[in-house]
Amino acid sequence: MVEAAQNLDQDEVEKEEINEFLTFMLHGEEYGVDILRVQEIKGWDAVTAVPNMPEYVRGVINLRGTIVPVIDMRRRFDLEVLEYSETTVVIVLRILTEGHADRTMSIVVDGVSDVYQVEASNLKASPDFGGDIDTEFVKGIATVDKKMIVLLNIDHMLNSKELSVADMDAI
Amino acid sequence: MSIDISQFLNTFYEESFEGLDIMESELLALNVGEADTEVINTIFRAAHSIKGGSGTFGLNAVADYTHVMETLLDEMRAGQREVTQLAVDILLRSVDVLRSMLLSLKDNEDLDHETIATTHSELEKLLNGEATTDQANSSVTNISTDSVSGKIEDVSGWTIVFKPNVDMLQTGNDPVRIIRELETLGSITVEAHTDQLPEFELIDPEQSYLSWTIKIAGNVAEEDIKECFEWVEDECELTIVANHKNSTVAAPILEEAVVHDEKIQDDRRQDDRRQVERRTSSKTAAKKPAESSSIRVNIDKVDDLINMVGELVITQSMLSQIGGVENFDAVALERLNDGLVQLEQHTRELQESVMRIRMMPISFAFQRFPRLVHDLSTQLEKQIELKMSGEATELDKTVMEKIGDPLVHLVRNSLDHGIEMPEIRAENGKDATGTIELNAFHQGGNIVIEIKDDGAGLNHERILSKAISSGIVKEDDNLTDDQINDLIFAPGFSTADVVTDVSGRGVGMDVVRRNIRALGGTVEVKSEKGVGSVFTIRLPLTLAILDGQLIRVGSETYIVPLISIIESLQVNPEMLNSVTGTADVYKLRDDYIPIVKLYDIFGIESDTTDISEGLLVVVENEGRKIAICVDELLGQQQVVIKSLETNLKQISGLSGATILGNGTVALILDINGVMTLYHDVMKSSVLQDKYGKYIAA
Repeated sequence: MVEAAQNLDQDEVEKEEINEFLTFMLHGEEYGVDILRVQEIKGWDAVTAVPNMPEYVRGVINLRGTIVPVIDMRRRFDLEVLEYSETTVVIVLRILTEGHADRTMSIVVDGVSDVYQVEASNLKASPDFGGDIDTEFVKGIATVDKKMIVLLNIDHMLNSKELSVADMDAI
Repeated sequence: MSIDISQFLNTFYEESFEGLDIMESELLALNVGEADTEVINTIFRAAHSIKGGSGTFGLNAVADYTHVMETLLDEMRAGQREVTQLAVDILLRSVDVLRSMLLSLKDNEDLDHETIATTHSELEKLLNGEATTDQANSSVTNISTDSVSGKIEDVSGWTIVFKPNVDMLQTGNDPVRIIRELETLGSITVEAHTDQLPEFELIDPEQSYLSWTIKIAGNVAEEDIKECFEWVEDECELTIVANHKNSTVAAPILEEAVVHDEKIQDDRRQDDRRQVERRTSSKTAAKKPAESSSIRVNIDKVDDLINMVGELVITQSMLSQIGGVENFDAVALERLNDGLVQLEQHTRELQESVMRIRMMPISFAFQRFPRLVHDLSTQLEKQIELKMSGEATELDKTVMEKIGDPLVHLVRNSLDHGIEMPEIRAENGKDATGTIELNAFHQGGNIVIEIKDDGAGLNHERILSKAISSGIVKEDDNLTDDQINDLIFAPGFSTADVVTDVSGRGVGMDVVRRNIRALGGTVEVKSEKGVGSVFTIRLPLTLAILDGQLIRVGSETYIVPLISIIESLQVNPEMLNSVTGTADVYKLRDDYIPIVKLYDIFGIESDTTDISEGLLVVVENEGRKIAICVDELLGQQQVVIKSLETNLKQISGLSGATILGNGTVALILDINGVMTLYHDVMKSSVLQDKYGKYIAA
């Protein structure tokens, strides 16, 4: 038991030490996702539309034989819709779902920005925005070089009821 | 040293279930009266491993129970007990009980103590009841010595020559423990032989070089001695010889015993090999659909695959060589074409090889039937012989798992309704024993399973009157014989006058047909009165590949399963009708077929909203037809089905997706789902473009 507790502590310590985030730009703001969840980053390419899905689900792409859904973050956050450009990128993420195998999903963003190491002390819990962004989707807010970065809880965001495996009562 | 053995528990369960399957099939193969020692040996070994394993894992209930079975089997093996029908029946039941015990233990459920106790006492009764009437009343334990050498009455002790194989220690068996165990049986003298011991510097501490001669004094049962060696009997040379007061007799008997024992070992080795063979050829454990997703693959298939990949690499390097040519001329072009042809061939072969990994012989689905027929024919007091052929025919594991229940249903049905009672058969000049044949074979991309009986055949008048009375057809419908036969698959249909627990509740054949359709297959029946019936099931070889028709609606490409397409046609505007202004129907010969506009139910752009400019693809599902309005037919091809659910979710109207030659994703239509969507859209009757509202719950 003592050993287990120590292990736990160690894990916690490690977690606190290594907090690396990949950040991307969306409507002039910088958002971050846990870098360990990023599978790859690729350019925007044509997708196959899937019928009867919310508009922010652009469709599905073929990622080396796997069918991966593409979610437009601007549409997801009800931001102004922009034409996709050369800098538009698709970030492929590994999503954890309770009681379900890992899923691979991808998000469309304006562009990737940087990779930051964020110390735990610089991580703040998210305030209640009362805005378009559901606070549940936000893991916290980090300050890096006096910039504010919104860290997203992608598991929550990409398992919302429209996209979840279990919940069939979509829309 | 303590090892956490719980990690092996699952393997134990898996092997035990395999063992039970073996016991079951071998018990059924056992001829009452003249027992084949080989068969009994196989059953015994299965029971023995289960007992040993369960003891190791501390599952004492299982161990105790198996012990009684084992004792019984051991007596049969030694020729000490006749193999009676009663014994076989009780053993079969015990197999069932054991299976349910193991299942409940595995799922951490409570054991059904009552049934266990009942069969346990039945076994005991069988064991004791007959043991007392037995001539050899010299107690069960002495029996096997009789079989070794004629008549040994006065055993004064045993001489055991125990020579472990050099690598026996690697299996975790310790000779010292065995000898200690022997010591508990009686006073022993041990003599160690060190003649095989190499020079000190050559000694490998992990190998065993010693052998022993052990003498046990006193009246010890040979069985008890053997039990000490049971874990190592395949890993050593072992001779157990009885010592007699008169030592002159001992010599010849010793020889005899050695020969005998060697023979036993030889047999055993052969059996083991056979078992290994069986295991490799059978590839996977007992069907457990949900949890065990592992698959055992024959090594040949893997080798094939490796060869194929090797070929592919060669072709690839050949192609890249052509690509590196500086002057690309006609010769190079020709070589490029050759290379591409080769590549295509290899790719197809590779695909087939990979598919074959998922293939299992249909004997996995068939193996339960001997038992089923055995039990049911006893219950129904019918005489039935089951013939099976084509058991080696392979089909996809997933299909196999799902075809089991429909097959059981059809076989039960043939048993119950098809085959007549023996008296009636005799009256009709038939053999009193009815025959049910199960046959499987491949026929062009499909697997065909036939269930054939030589029973009474379908009674057309009765089917028809029943169908009319239950409102499935009208009295004035003129039906052909095949159509009448087909009625038995209609929902809510049963001709059985008496509802038995075998069949007759009328929730059977329609479910069978639905299940088979869900697998993309068909089932039909042919029957001749008084001669018998044949049920023919056709299934696709695999669920992973589908023959599809590519269609285009606007900028989207969809795939319609070829199996559901009846015909595709150009629209004749005269045949177009509209019902209440919203629903369009098309008159195709005598049918009015509703037109489904994909752009409506999927909310996509199409070239035209004028039906008469498009094409219609008429598809059928469960007897209902719809015509899907498309912009263009693109061609047919085999597609590999990919799940949408893995990363997204199930979407009504779609059964999956696939990747086309150009790397883009195309969605595969699920005709049943499209029909549901269409009905929902019609029901909601708000035909606006806000498609989002029509999504099916």
